[in-house]
Amino acid sequence: MSCPYVILARMKNFVRKCEHILKMYVMADKNHYIELVTMQRRDFIRIGGGMMLAIPVTGRTGMLTDARSRVVIATRQPGGDRTAEVGAEDINGLFEKGLVTLFDTSSTGEAWRRIVRRDQTVGLKVNCLSGRGTTHAGLVDAIIESLRGYGIPANRIVIWDRFNRDLESAGFSLNFDRAGVRCYGNDYLGFEEDFEISGSAASLVCKTLTRICDVVINLPVLKDHGIAGMTGCMKNFFGAIHNPNKYHLDTGNPYIADVNNFPVIRSKVVLHICDAITAQYEGGPSYMPHWSWPYNSLIFSRDPVALDYTGWQIIEAERRRRGFKSLKAAGREPAYILTAADAAHRLGNADPEKIQLINT
Amino acid sequence: MSGLIDNLKYPLLPGPTRRQFLQQSLFAGCGMMCGIPGHEQASAREVFEGKTQQFTIEARFYEKLDYQKIRCKLCPRECVIDDHERGYCGVRENREGIYYSLVYARAVAINADPIEKKPLFHFHPGSLAYSIATAGCNVNCKFCQNWEISQVRPEDIRSTYMPPEKIAQSAAQYGCRSVAYTYNEPTIFFEFMEDTAIATRASGLKNVVVSAGYINKDPLSRLCQTVDAVKIDLKAFSESYYKNYVNGELKPVLESLVTLQSLGMWTEIVYLVVPGLNDSESEFKGLTRWITDNLGKDVPIHFTRFHPQYLLKNLPPTPLRTLERAKAIADAAGLHYVYIGNVPGHPAENTYCPSCGKTVVTRSGFIVREINIKKGKCPYCSGPIAGRWQ
Repeated sequence: MSCPYVILARMKNFVRKCEHILKMYVMADKNHYIELVTMQRRDFIRIGGGMMLAIPVTGRTGMLTDARSRVVIATRQPGGDRTAEVGAEDINGLFEKGLVTLFDTSSTGEAWRRIVRRDQTVGLKVNCLSGRGTTHAGLVDAIIESLRGYGIPANRIVIWDRFNRDLESAGFSLNFDRAGVRCYGNDYLGFEEDFEISGSAASLVCKTLTRICDVVINLPVLKDHGIAGMTGCMKNFFGAIHNPNKYHLDTGNPYIADVNNFPVIRSKVVLHICDAITAQYEGGPSYMPHWSWPYNSLIFSRDPVALDYTGWQIIEAERRRRGFKSLKAAGREPAYILTAADAAHRLGNADPEKIQLINT
Repeated sequence: MSGLIDNLKYPLLPGPTRRQFLQQSLFAGCGMMCGIPGHEQASAREVFEGKTQQFTIEARFYEKLDYQKIRCKLCPRECVIDDHERGYCGVRENREGIYYSLVYARAVAINADPIEKKPLFHFHPGSLAYSIATAGCNVNCKFCQNWEISQVRPEDIRSTYMPPEKIAQSAAQYGCRSVAYTYNEPTIFFEFMEDTAIATRASGLKNVVVSAGYINKDPLSRLCQTVDAVKIDLKAFSESYYKNYVNGELKPVLESLVTLQSLGMWTEIVYLVVPGLNDSESEFKGLTRWITDNLGKDVPIHFTRFHPQYLLKNLPPTPLRTLERAKAIADAAGLHYVYIGNVPGHPAENTYCPSCGKTVVTRSGFIVREINIKKGKCPYCSGPIAGRWQ
C-alpha cells in the first residue's frame, strides 16, 4: 500500500494535469481563460470536476458558461421604466449598476477581474461617426475611472475609432503620448499588411486593435442604419478595418458577421456596452434629432449578437409606436444578426429563448 | 536637428514595413529610371495636420437628397451616402451634404510605361504613356494585382501632389506621347482625370483610359470629349462572375462598350482568363458573338493569363492551351485582332493583317520590334489595319 504522502502527491499531480488540460482547451476563448486563471484552486476543482462529469453526459465540450446569453438593460429606475432622464451625472451610477448586474458581482472591480488582467492594455472602441450621436464622453469617463480604480494605469487605456477627426468632432482630445489615457484614430498607426479572411470578408485590421490592445470594450450607439437596418455592437467593428465601404452591400449581410468572425476581433472583445441613452429609430447612422428618442439606458452584454438582437427589437418597437414600417418592410432587415448566430459563425445567440434579459 | 524634433507636433510615426519599403522603392526606382524627379509627398503626419485640402474638390456627378444625404451618379452603383460617410470606392465623401473627391491631384503611382503595357496594341505602338493612379476602386476584384492601391483609402497610402498642369508638363518633358489613367479604376478620380486630360490635350499629347467600364453613361460620354483611347477590362461574360468575383455587374460594362463604340472612341478589350471561373467554351463563344454583333470585328481583344493574386491565390496560372482555345474561338467568330497576353514571346502578341495574314507589328512582351503599317494599311496587300497609328 502506498504511503499517504505518495497518494497525496499523486492527487496533486493529477489535479495539476487536469488544470493544464482545461486551460489548453479553453485557450481559444480568452475570456474564459482569464476567468480560469483568476479562479481559486478550490473553485477549479469544483467546476473542473463538474465538467468531467458533464462531458460524458452531454457528449459536448465547451459548456463552461450558461448557454443563455445575458443582456442587461440599466436604467435609472429599475423595472423597465425608461422615462427617467439620464443626465451626465447619472451615467456613472448607471454604468456601475449594469456592470455588476451583468457579472452578478458585488463590485465593479470584481466584474473587471472576470475579463481583464491588471497588466493588460484595454481598448475602448467608441463610435464617433455622427458627431452629436456618438458614444457619450461621460460613459467613457466612467469606464476609465472604474478601470483605474481596478488597477489599470491610465496609459494602458486607449480610446480609439476610425479617424482622429471623428474623435475630435465628438469631443475627445487626441493623445498620442504614452502618458495618460491614449486617444487616436486608425489613421495614426494604420493597418496590418496581412489580410484577415472570414467568409466573404477580407480586410486589413487596424494596428491599434492588433498590436496595442490586449482586450477591447466595445461602446457602440444604438441607431437605425440606412443600409444595414440597425447598427450596434457588430457593425461598430467596421471601424476597425481598412475597407468598410466595401461591405455595405446587401444590408451588410453576411459581411458584418464575417468581419466580427475575424479571430483577432472575436478573441479580444470582452464586453459590449451599448449607449442607448439617446437612441435613433430612423435616418441613421447620421444623427437625426427628430428621429431620435430618449431611451435613457445602457445595455450590457458579453454576447454581441444577443445585444444586437435586443437592440433591433427596441428599434422595431419604437418604429411601430411611431407608425413607421418595420425594417423588413423597409427593405433593410438586419439579417446579419441572424447570420452571426448561424452554425458557420456562432458569434452568439439571436434566439430570444436563449437570451436572458435583465432590466435593472 | 534636435530642435526640429522638439517642435514636432506629434511623435515620430513607426518606420515603413518591409512591404511598404519595397513598394516605395519600386515606385521610386521606376521614377528614377524614367527620370521623373521626386515630388512633394503627403504623409500620414500631413493628413493629421490637415494638409490634405489640396486633394479635395467637389464631385461633378451627384445628386443632393434630403437630410444632407447624397446620391453619387458616377457609377452604376449610385451609392446613397450619409453625412461623413464614403461611397463604395472609399475616395468620395459626403461632408454636410456636399460630395467631395478626396483624390484630386493625389497620385500614388507615376510611371512612364510602354503603351503596350496597358495593353493598347493599336494606339501609337512603341510610344510611352505617362501613367498615373490614385487610391481606390469602385469594384473589388478578388484577383486584383494592384489591390495595395486600389483597395485602400487615400489616407492609408503615401501620395504625391501632382496637379493636372504639372502632369502635362512632366509627360511632355519625359518624351511620353500620352497620359494613361490606369492601375486603379480611373472612374473614381473622374475630376482629376478630366482636368488632366484637358491640360494634356492642350499641350498636344493624347489621353488613354484603362478602365473596368463600370461607369454611368453621362460621365463616360463627357470623358470621351477629352480622351483618345480606352481599354476596357471585361472581367467575364456572366453576371454571376461579376457578382461573386468582381462585386460589380456585367450589363453596365457592356453598355459602356456600346457607348464608346457609338462615340467613335478607339477601344480595346482585355479578358483575364481565370482557370475554372470564366474559361468555359460557351462563355468565350457568347463573348465573341456579342462583340461581333455589337462592336464589330475590328475591336482588338486580349485574352490574358491570370497569375495567383490577392484573394485568389489558390488557383493556378492560366494554362496556355486555355488561352489558345479562347483565341481560336474568337478567330473562328471572325474577330480580326485577337491577342494572347502575359505570355511573352507568344506569336499571338503580334498583329497580323486580317486580309493577307502577314505580320504587320512584331512584339515581344512590351517591346515593339517592328511596325510595318503604312498610313493605316498593310504594306503587302494595302488592306486596312484598324487603329490609331500616328
